[in-house]
Amino acid sequence: MPDLIAKPALGTAPVTLAATTLSECAWTQITAIAPYPGQDKALARALKPLGLTFPAPNSSQTKGDGMIVWTGRAQAFLIGAAAPEDLPAAVTDQSDSWVMLSLTGPQARSTLNRLVPLDLRHAASGQAFRSALNHMPLILIVDGADAFRLLIFRSMARTAWHELADALTLQQARIEAG
Amino acid sequence: MRIDGKGRIDRAKPVTISFDGRKLPAYKGDTLASALIANDIRVVARSFKYHRPRGILTAGSEEPNAMVEVIGHTNQTPNTRATMQEVFEGLSVRSQNRWPSLGFDVMAVNDLASPFLSAGFYYKTFMWPRRFWEGLYEPLIRRAAGLGRLSGKHDEGVYEKAWAHCDLLVIGSGPAGLVAALCAARAGADVILCEESSEVGGRLLSDDGMIDDVPAEVWAAQALAELTALPNVRVMTRTTVTGAYDDGTFGALERVGLHRRPRPNLPRECFWRIVARRSVLCAGALERGIAFENNDRPGIMMASALGTYLNRYGVVPGRNVAFFTNNDSTRATARSLMAAGVPVAAIIDSREDAPDEPGTVVHKGAHVIGSSGRMGLTEITVRRGTTDFRIMTDVLAVSGGWNPTVHLTCHMNGRPVWSPGLAAFVPSEGAIPGMLVAGAANGSFSTHGCLVAGAEAARASLLALDIAAHDMPIPQADDAPYHIAPLWAVPGKGRAWLDFANDVTVKDVALSAQEGFASVEHMKRYTTQGMAPDQGKNSNVAALAVLADATGRGIPETGTTTFRPPYTPVSIAAMGAGGRGMSFAPQRFLTSDQASRDRGAPMIEAGLWYRPSYFPKPGETTWREACDREVRMVRGSVGVADVSTLGKIDLKGRDAGRFLDFVYTNTFSTLPIGRVRYGLMLREDGHVLDDGTTARLAEDHWLMTTTTAGAGLVMRHLEFVHQAFCASWDVRFVSVTEHWAQFAVAGPRARDLLTSALGAAPDLAFMGVRAATIQGVQGRVFRISFSGEEGYEVAVPARYGEALFRDLTARAETMGGGLYGMEALNVLRIEKGFITHAEIHGRTTAFDIGAAKMVSAKKDCIGKAAATRPGMLGADRQQLVGLMPLTDTPITAGAHLFAQGTEVKRETDQGYVTSVGYSPTLASHLGLAFLQNGRARHGETIRLVDHLRKIDVLCIVADPVFHDPKAEKLRA
Repeated sequence: MPDLIAKPALGTAPVTLAATTLSECAWTQITAIAPYPGQDKALARALKPLGLTFPAPNSSQTKGDGMIVWTGRAQAFLIGAAAPEDLPAAVTDQSDSWVMLSLTGPQARSTLNRLVPLDLRHAASGQAFRSALNHMPLILIVDGADAFRLLIFRSMARTAWHELADALTLQQARIEAG
Repeated sequence: MRIDGKGRIDRAKPVTISFDGRKLPAYKGDTLASALIANDIRVVARSFKYHRPRGILTAGSEEPNAMVEVIGHTNQTPNTRATMQEVFEGLSVRSQNRWPSLGFDVMAVNDLASPFLSAGFYYKTFMWPRRFWEGLYEPLIRRAAGLGRLSGKHDEGVYEKAWAHCDLLVIGSGPAGLVAALCAARAGADVILCEESSEVGGRLLSDDGMIDDVPAEVWAAQALAELTALPNVRVMTRTTVTGAYDDGTFGALERVGLHRRPRPNLPRECFWRIVARRSVLCAGALERGIAFENNDRPGIMMASALGTYLNRYGVVPGRNVAFFTNNDSTRATARSLMAAGVPVAAIIDSREDAPDEPGTVVHKGAHVIGSSGRMGLTEITVRRGTTDFRIMTDVLAVSGGWNPTVHLTCHMNGRPVWSPGLAAFVPSEGAIPGMLVAGAANGSFSTHGCLVAGAEAARASLLALDIAAHDMPIPQADDAPYHIAPLWAVPGKGRAWLDFANDVTVKDVALSAQEGFASVEHMKRYTTQGMAPDQGKNSNVAALAVLADATGRGIPETGTTTFRPPYTPVSIAAMGAGGRGMSFAPQRFLTSDQASRDRGAPMIEAGLWYRPSYFPKPGETTWREACDREVRMVRGSVGVADVSTLGKIDLKGRDAGRFLDFVYTNTFSTLPIGRVRYGLMLREDGHVLDDGTTARLAEDHWLMTTTTAGAGLVMRHLEFVHQAFCASWDVRFVSVTEHWAQFAVAGPRARDLLTSALGAAPDLAFMGVRAATIQGVQGRVFRISFSGEEGYEVAVPARYGEALFRDLTARAETMGGGLYGMEALNVLRIEKGFITHAEIHGRTTAFDIGAAKMVSAKKDCIGKAAATRPGMLGADRQQLVGLMPLTDTPITAGAHLFAQGTEVKRETDQGYVTSVGYSPTLASHLGLAFLQNGRARHGETIRLVDHLRKIDVLCIVADPVFHDPKAEKLRA
C-alpha cells in the first residue's frame, strides 16, 4: 500500500444544470498502446483475450470494464483494463496524464457545441474523436447521443471544468428565458 | 401614429420604454423605431458630420440614421440601430451625437459651415503646420464628428460562442428562404434557417399580399409551424449571417438577450460558426433612395420601410403621405395605406409611362426637387417639365429601385454582375462554393418568382447532397413584373444626400472625380461614402452610379467596392466570448499548486503553467530577500522545487536510440541503461530548438525531457521528423508530461533528504537514473541538477504529487532547508551558467552557446548541415559569456554591449544581455550575454548600456559558469 495519498485531479462534486450533469470520473487505468510497424496483426491477436481489437480512426470498442479508444496515428488508449504483457507495441502508462469528465443529459451535445468544433449531429456510442475543448487538447468518447466522456490534460482540469460548467450555466439561462 | 387593426404587435401587452429620459408607451412586438413612430417622434438622431436632424429611414439592419445608445445597468451599447432593437419593459435608450439635446444641437453650426466642409476639406485644410494634426486637429475633429459613446468600463456582459453543423443553411426566411427550407426539410436534410429579424417571413410580413389564397403572413406562419415541428430543422431567428468563409463555414450573430430584460447568465449575443455542406442565400434586396435636394429630412423614408411599419407594426410616421419613385414596387404600399385610411397625397413617378393609381394622383415624368421643414418634412417641391409646384405632405416615401443583397456572395472575392434590366448588381454564379442564391437576392422581385427560385435552389442543393427531393407544388402568389427606369439623383444645385450615415452628398462624389479620385475605391476613401456602420448598404450603388456619370464611364465599368465581412456590425465581445480575463487561455496547475499557495507563494505564469515565484517568510519585505535566502538555502543545505512543468516524452522501440541520434546533435544510442545525458536539439536551419536530458530506462525505452516552453514544440518536431523522414522506423513516442509529478531536491544535504524520504540512500552517480519505490509508490529517481549542487529529481505518478511534495517539504524543513521558487531557480542556474530559452531564443546556434563540440562529427542530425554554413560559426558570432558589473549596480536583460571608448550607437553594438540576477553566493549582480567573439574576451571590460532603463555600467566579461566551474559539487 502506498503511504502517499492519491488525489483526484479535481475532487469537485458533480454539477447538474439544464438537466445535464457534469462530473469527474473516478481514476482509472489508462494505457497508451502504439503498435510497432508491421505488428498490427500480432497486436490484434494479443488483444483478443480482452475481447478487443485495435480501433479504427474515430472509433472505440468496449468489452466488460475495458475500453479501447483511438487517439491518433498508430495510437490507442486502453482504458479500465490492464494491458496484456509483451504486446508488440509501445505500452505507456497514461493514467495520471488525463482527467476524465462525464457529460450526460439532453443538453450535453449543445453544451459541447459551445466549445468543441466537431459535428456531433450523429453522435453515437462507439465514436471517439481527438479534438479541442476551446484551447485545450481533447479526446472525446461518445457513449451515446446524450452521453460523452472527455479526456483532458490533468493540469488543465480546472479550466475545462470551468468552461463546461459555464457553458451549462448559459444553456440553463437560455432554457429558463424560453 | 398607430393605425387600428394593422400590425403584428401584441396590443394586449403594453410596455413602457424610455427615450432620452422620456417615458413612451409601446407594445410587445414593436421595435424601438416603430415605437418612436407611434409616439410621433420624428427627429431621432443627429447626422455624423453636419449634425443635421435625422429621422428613421429604413425598417431593417441597414438603417443609417436611427442609431442610439442602449443604457443598461452596467453597460452602454452605442450605435444600436433603432430598427433592430426590440422593445421590452424598461428599455432605456439615449440619442447620440448631439449636445445638449436632439432638438437643439450646438454642433449643428457645422451645417451652416458646410460650404467649407465638403469631402477632402480636412485633408486640404489641416495640412499645416504638420505637427498640429495629431495633437490638435485630429482630436478636435474626432470630438466634433462621431457616433455613440462607450461607457469607458469593461464590458462585463455575458456573451457566447457556438458551433452548428447542417446539411443546408438557408440564409433569410422570406418567401424564397421559407420554400427552400421546407423543400429541403421535407426531404430529410438537416436544415438551419437563419432569420435576422425576430420573426420569419421577411417581406411577407411587410406587404399584405396573398399566397395560395391566404394572407402571406398566414402562409409564413404555417410554413414556420411545419418547420418547427420537424426534428431535422433548426430555425434561428434574430440571427444575422455575417460572413461566408472557407469550407462552407459561416459566421452568424444571434441576439439572445438584447431584446428582453437582462437575466443573469443569459448571453447578450452568441457568435455562431455554422458549418454547412450546402447553402442557399435568400437575403432579399435592399431598397435604395433617390438623391434630391434636402432629401434627408425627418419624414422622408424608404417606401418599403413605410410598408413594413404599416403592415408589421401598425404605425405610420405622418398623416399625409406622398411617394417618389421610379418603379412599380411602391404601389402596393400606397394601396395598403389608402385601405387603412391614410391619405396618399400624390405619387411622383419619374417615368413618363408610369401607370395610373386609383385613389390618388400620379405625377408622371416628375421629380421631387426639394423639401422644407426644419425638424420634419412639411412640404415637397415637385418639378414636371418646366413647371414647379408644391405638395403639402409630412411623409415622403422614396423608392429608387432595389439592390439584391449580394454581400455574402462577395466575401470570397466574388464580384457582382450588373443587370441592366434590373438596374442593379446581382450575384455572380458560384462565388461561394456550395452556395446558391435565390429570390430577391438573385434579382427575382416578385413573390411568385421568389417561391419558384427558392424551391429550385433547394432541389439543386439536395441533388448535390445526394438526398432525394420530394415533389412540392409551388404556392400561388403575385407575379407582377418589375418595371424600373433608373434614376439616381435629381439634377439640382443644393445638397442631395447619398450616404446618410457619413453625410456624403452627390456633390462630394462629383468633387472626388473632379480631383482625380475617379476609381470607386478612391472615391470611397476620399468621400468616406460607405465607410459608416451601415457600410453603404443604402448608398453604394447610387454613389457609384453618380461617379459613373461624373467620369463618363458606365456603371459596370465603374464597378463596386469590395464587400467584406461582417455584413452587419459584430461586437468584439461576442467574437471573443468566454475569453475575458483569466479565461483568455487555459490555466495549467501543478499538483503542488495548493501547497505552494498555502505557503503564500505568489504565482507567476510560465507558459500556461502557474509556478511559485518565491516563498516569503515572516519579516521578509521584498521578493529579493526571499530569493536570496532560498539561493543560500540550496547552496547551504537543501531545497525542493516542483519541476513537473518540464516536457517529458516517453520513447520506445528498437530504433529509439537511432531516432534520438537523429534529432539530437550528440550521440544517445551509446548511452548505457540507467544513465542520463544532456542533449541539444537543432532546428533544420541550424539554430538551437531546445535542450534537455534524456534517460535510458531500458534497452528500448527512453525518457526525454524538454524545457517547459519547448514541450509542445519538441513533440511537434519529433512527430514531423518521424512522419516525414523515418516513418518506417521502429520507434513510438507519447507525451507523459502530465503523468509524472517531478520534484528537484538540490543542495549539499540533498542525499540526506533522499535517504530519509526513500528509506535508503539513493545510491546514484551523477547523471544516473533508476526505478524506485517512493513511500510505496512506483516512481523514478534521477541524479541531475539545474542548480549546480548535488541534485536529484524524484518522479511519481501525478495523483501522488501533492502528497510527495508536502512530504519532501516537511523533511527539508527539518534539515534547515525548504522550498525554492522560480526566482531562486533562475539565480541558481545563472550562477552555474545554465541556459534557458532566454538564451536559446531561436537566433542562437550550438556554436554561440559554446556547445559546438556537442554536434557529433560521427553522425548526421537535424540542423547539422545548416549549422556549418558560412556565417554560422566564427569570431563574428555573438557568443555566450558571463557578465559581472564592476560596481554594485543592477544590470538588465535587454541591455546592449559596447567596447569601451567607442561611440554608443547601433553600428558599434557588440552584443546584448539575456539573463540577469543577483547572486548572494558571489555577492554580485550577474548576467548572461551574447558578445561578439565573446569566448576570446574573458577578462575584458565592456560597457553595458540600457537606453530604456537608463543604465550605463562597466562589466567584466567572464566565463558563464561562475559557480563550481569544475563541477565538483555536482559530482560529489
